[in-house]
Amino acid sequence: MASSCTQLYLQCRSFLCSKTVACTWQYCSQVRHCIAVTCVPTKILNGSFVIKGNSTATQAKQRWKQQMFCYSDLAAKHLTTQVKEDKGVEGTSTAEVVPYKSPLLPIRDALLATESQVSLDLDAAAEFSALEVISDEEAVSISVPSAIPPASTSLRDYVDQSETLSKLVQLGVNLWKLEQRPNVGSMLLRLNFNTDVAPRLLFLKEIGVEDSRFGYIITHNPFILTESLENLQSRVNYLKSKKFSSETVASMVSKAPYLLNFSVKRLDNRLGFYQQQLKLSPSSTRNIVARLPRLLCGSLEPVKENLKVCEIELGFKENEIQHIVIAVPKVLTANKRKLSQIFDFLHNIMKVPHNLIAKFPQVLNSKYLRLRERHLFLEYLGKAQYDPTLPNYISLDRLVSLPDEIFCTELALATLEDFCLFQKTL
Amino acid sequence: MATPAIRMFRRLEGLFCVYKPSGVHWKLVRDIVETNLLKGLNATSSQPLPQEVRFLVHPVSETEAPKGLTVSASSVPVLAKHPLVTGPEFQHIRVGVGHRLDAFSSGVLVLALGNGNKAMNDLYGTRVTRDYTLEGEFGTATDDFSHTGRVVERSTFGHIKQDKLDKVLAMLQGANQKALLMYSNVDMHSQEAYEMAVQGLLGPEGKSQPILTGLRCLHFQPPNFTLEVRCLNETQKYLRKVVHEIGLELRSTAVCKGVRRTRDGPFTLQDALTHHHWTASNVIQAIRQYHSKKNLKYSHTQMKDTALQPTEESTT
Repeated sequence: MASSCTQLYLQCRSFLCSKTVACTWQYCSQVRHCIAVTCVPTKILNGSFVIKGNSTATQAKQRWKQQMFCYSDLAAKHLTTQVKEDKGVEGTSTAEVVPYKSPLLPIRDALLATESQVSLDLDAAAEFSALEVISDEEAVSISVPSAIPPASTSLRDYVDQSETLSKLVQLGVNLWKLEQRPNVGSMLLRLNFNTDVAPRLLFLKEIGVEDSRFGYIITHNPFILTESLENLQSRVNYLKSKKFSSETVASMVSKAPYLLNFSVKRLDNRLGFYQQQLKLSPSSTRNIVARLPRLLCGSLEPVKENLKVCEIELGFKENEIQHIVIAVPKVLTANKRKLSQIFDFLHNIMKVPHNLIAKFPQVLNSKYLRLRERHLFLEYLGKAQYDPTLPNYISLDRLVSLPDEIFCTELALATLEDFCLFQKTL
Repeated sequence: MATPAIRMFRRLEGLFCVYKPSGVHWKLVRDIVETNLLKGLNATSSQPLPQEVRFLVHPVSETEAPKGLTVSASSVPVLAKHPLVTGPEFQHIRVGVGHRLDAFSSGVLVLALGNGNKAMNDLYGTRVTRDYTLEGEFGTATDDFSHTGRVVERSTFGHIKQDKLDKVLAMLQGANQKALLMYSNVDMHSQEAYEMAVQGLLGPEGKSQPILTGLRCLHFQPPNFTLEVRCLNETQKYLRKVVHEIGLELRSTAVCKGVRRTRDGPFTLQDALTHHHWTASNVIQAIRQYHSKKNLKYSHTQMKDTALQPTEESTT
């Protein structure tokens, strides 16, 4: 593959040298073997630099940096699709390999604008002698190519040279976590801050998301930077048309970073599902979705199963389920096994009836171990009384939500050390 | 360079024990402890980023005649060393688990950090006994010998009295004592055997079948009863089977409602950390306690395990 690419490259080069075709070759790219890229684990980043002089250099400018050429002694040259369209050089396939466009120091682009065009006649390329006297501008413009590895498993080799990555780190994006995900690192390197990242951050700011949340949002959903602005706007418009206020939309996007990546149809589908299945009023649906926006992001199958579990296995009536869901929407996405386990303990061992559990749905959200230890401690002390009609009643929500010290002093009337010692007897 | 975090990391070497609650897999316990330790280590103060000097050129506007390029040197932080790019400083600690406890049981679980793993291997190479408390209930028999299994048989237990139970326990203890002597690899009629028996060194070296060196009834209230067991080379399923067999010997049936380890070698319930205390600071304190106890022991020149006192070594 490499040899064929080499031949292709040489052909292209000779083709270009003979004709003076205006093209936008910027720098040579060193490209890995297609095979290597596909076989290698997805973390390998292809760090070649096909720089598109998009910010400053115009399309008609042709640039052939002698230094760059010597520096990247390469096997093949693959063009990105954009370059291919410009030039119409046939035969280059951009199949698997994606060259990186890591915009090198922005200063360099500025400098390029000031330089004169170099003719494409490679044979007559200027020989730069080291003893030649040059002006200061030229001296400064000869920049040493930085030792960026062509491919790497980590983004830290590129972060100092890449404007996009540096600004993302300054925003608080956790690049280390993102580079573990397949292909995300490559995608981030390819982005241009001014054309890709900045417009979307401005859009998020316009809809009301706070600046401090940008890092969190991008860390969890880097693909928000590749979603088109029209789509993002249309989804926000849809949510506003469903009478979600702007602050609500902003908080929903902050809490569920993937929200705006879903199509309007899908969001509509889910909102409709929650409204119909739970037979809630529109304002209640808006309320639970605003508090737990990831209900709109995930798939509906687990939610349907949870509802079935509540109805059939746990035996709640419909109005009780409605009340539970409005109070604690997390029950819809809870683990079925854990839900059944907690309910079984509550109903069969603590002997709490259905209506009382429905009155305090927070217990269904608590940890089983915590509930069990506290109940057994109260039972040992003879204080496990959960019936509101009898004296010395202990309410379920206080049982699970109070921190340990307050639980011990107020509910159990014992010390924390006693509770610790009791835990060691279980 | 010894930052506070690195110094803390170096102090995390040794053994300590936790109290594993029932219903939790031992691996989850180990993972939670490791995560909490890493959180504690990474939270201690991080160093400021190293800086490097870069020359920034100011672009000259075209209208003015360029008099000279203004190049300014500025010190910028090296973002490649930022924790958001490199990840947290500590990503792995070696946490080893001692004698394992299955999900149904609870009790003392010994964990070792770093070089303590070697010490733990040596500890388990010597003959170390463990103490358990078994809760049983008469009247049912299940397929996996515990009260959560599928019921296989039910029976009456009205005829069981304390003395019958004691007789059965004594018989079991005798059988186990015989097994102990058999696995000792020593001729029972020799002087060597007598001396070993006096010091309490009789017993199998390395792997063998489970042997109960001590067995007694703590509490008897039919249908419930509680046994205390001291054993070697056991598994928790074997102990549940013992409860089941006691039921069979008494012409009834029994299931095990709980297996709780109260001691593992020199680690007792008193030193065990409950799950509220699985944080880095508590663990460091527990390790310090272990080290001080160890030094105390060496100063008394006691080479064998002090818990191996032959209190229940009565041969029937």
